[in-house]
Amino acid sequence: MYTFVSGPLVWIAFIVFAGGMIYQFLSMLKMAKKDKVVLPYMSLKYGLRSLLHWLIPFASKNMRMRYETTLVTFAFHICLVLLPIFLTAHVVMFSASWGLHWVTVSEKAADWLTVLVIFAAIFFLVRRWMLPEVRFVTSASDYVLLAVVAAPFVTGFIAHRQWFDYETMVVIHMISGAAMLMAIPFTRLSHMLFFPFTRAYMGSEFGAVRHARDW
Amino acid sequence: MGLPAEMLPEIPVVSDPGLDRNAENLTKGQIAEVINRVIDRETAARFRIYLNTCVHCGLCSDACHWFLSNDRDPRFSPVGKVKQTLWEILKKKGRVDADFLKECSRIAQTECNGCRKCSMYCPFGVDIAYLLFVVRRICYQLTIVPQFLQDTVNSHAATMNQMWVKQDEWVDTLQWQEEDARSEIVTARIPLDKEGADVFYSVIAPEPKILAQLIGNIAQIMAVAKVDWTMPSQDGWDNSNMAMFAGDFEIMGRVERAHHEAALKLKAKRIVMGECGHAFRGAVYDGPKWLGWREPPVPVIHAVDFYHELITSGRIKIARKFEEPVTLQEPCNIVRGRGLGTKLREVIQATCADFRPPPEPDFEHNYCCGAGGGVINCGPPWKTSRVKGNSVKAEQLAATKAHIVITPCHNCHAGIEDIISGYKLGMHVRFLIEILMQVMEIPDELKAE
Repeated sequence: MYTFVSGPLVWIAFIVFAGGMIYQFLSMLKMAKKDKVVLPYMSLKYGLRSLLHWLIPFASKNMRMRYETTLVTFAFHICLVLLPIFLTAHVVMFSASWGLHWVTVSEKAADWLTVLVIFAAIFFLVRRWMLPEVRFVTSASDYVLLAVVAAPFVTGFIAHRQWFDYETMVVIHMISGAAMLMAIPFTRLSHMLFFPFTRAYMGSEFGAVRHARDW
Repeated sequence: MGLPAEMLPEIPVVSDPGLDRNAENLTKGQIAEVINRVIDRETAARFRIYLNTCVHCGLCSDACHWFLSNDRDPRFSPVGKVKQTLWEILKKKGRVDADFLKECSRIAQTECNGCRKCSMYCPFGVDIAYLLFVVRRICYQLTIVPQFLQDTVNSHAATMNQMWVKQDEWVDTLQWQEEDARSEIVTARIPLDKEGADVFYSVIAPEPKILAQLIGNIAQIMAVAKVDWTMPSQDGWDNSNMAMFAGDFEIMGRVERAHHEAALKLKAKRIVMGECGHAFRGAVYDGPKWLGWREPPVPVIHAVDFYHELITSGRIKIARKFEEPVTLQEPCNIVRGRGLGTKLREVIQATCADFRPPPEPDFEHNYCCGAGGGVINCGPPWKTSRVKGNSVKAEQLAATKAHIVITPCHNCHAGIEDIISGYKLGMHVRFLIEILMQVMEIPDELKAE
């Protein structure tokens, strides 16, 4: 089992992830051509201007109105992307398979950042439950997606601490990681791909056409 | 999931023949056919990507005056409105019934002003108003449109103006207003169909219909500022566009084309539009988009921009400032929609002695008047919910303790009047042109005896 999840499954996950992202990108491009206004209105200057404002914490008004959500959201997303890439255990595996090396975060830092992700996921869960306007638009799939994203971190943390049976935990961790990667292109987690484009389009329309700001 | 329905207060049932009667004969088959046609053939990237990108975070809610004014009722949040309409429609692949469609029309037509503030609050920039306009399009194709709104669309279709103004009435009104203007300023004229003029001036149909003095006012301003201008005697003089809001994009396109072509035919250098926001949106963004133009063929500017130009260039001088305390309603379609917030303030500061800017949210973040997006055109049946849906605007206005609310937009004008009377604010609403008329210096040689 371990051999499968640490070998072929990883390959499958990366291929599905990359292939899915390319497929979604190409479909988006095809649809953008059909949607007559999208490409003519796209503006690099105003698109980047808007993206910049939405990538800097508290640069937009709504981020300032919801400072706790903004903080948690930024922390969550930064850790979510960077932690798996710079985790020593992951780099070691890449190193063993392909001979590639890059910098790693310390074990202790990784531990704390993992806790941060788990805390953020709990925050989102509680927020979804507590705020009526969020609860109203929440369906089962929102909980499932949150679980899919949180699972690799929870299981990774447990495995690293060697709680329960280590072997089993590592296998679960790898399966959940693969599941998350494969889910990204085909679920609302695809906002990872679409975010720069939707924001840039809105920024372009606001900037170039309406001569106004969108943050 | 979500809040159980029994915990939410009931939304009062409003009877509107445009919804109730037209829904009677619709079959599920017809409904599914239209829905799938609109979704498959008329929508593409924005529709799909917006729906696939929304993570149901609810962060758009605080943008919406309907949500804030209805005790943060989640059904009024932007994403809540999409959930109640499009999500259901897509989940059921269009197999919804006529009663559901009536709800969709109520939500999309009467409880969203399409002010597009929510897209500035969505981290992804999802244009939620566009999604609700797709709902409007579906409802329109199935004839589920509030009766009063449909009447204005019929008027556009039959007369090319919003208020059933007939050709002879139009010219007659202009002549009457020219006469009135000349009784104040001897050189005031309303030049009709003049080729090659610097300014092609267009208005919305309620001006000749019920507010004709505004046309007389502009004639006086043009005379004092010595502007080379014209108005068309034929179709194309009305720049308003309610079809755009009803979801009848075919008529919307006809109206916009007629407006731009009238200016092109007269070889005007630019179009100056009277004080209206939605008309500006139609002429500058929505109309050209539908017609496949990147930009309007003749440059278009809004009255606020024009007044600003007249004042800063010194073509109009201010004799005395308006004394009463004034505040401002910032129309979405020229402030969020054209970034005219600063110019608007500069015009007010140049003409008024006691200007009290609205407290936050202001500029691009200002609350909509509640009337725009065709909502006020849904008519009296929906007035109560409309006024209730904008208590935050009432609070914002009241906080200024001003006596006059300046509203450089017809929809805002009517909407704010309703809010003032609904919440007993004891204020009055004025167009910018009315203030200008009071403070503008009229050279002695131009004054009529």
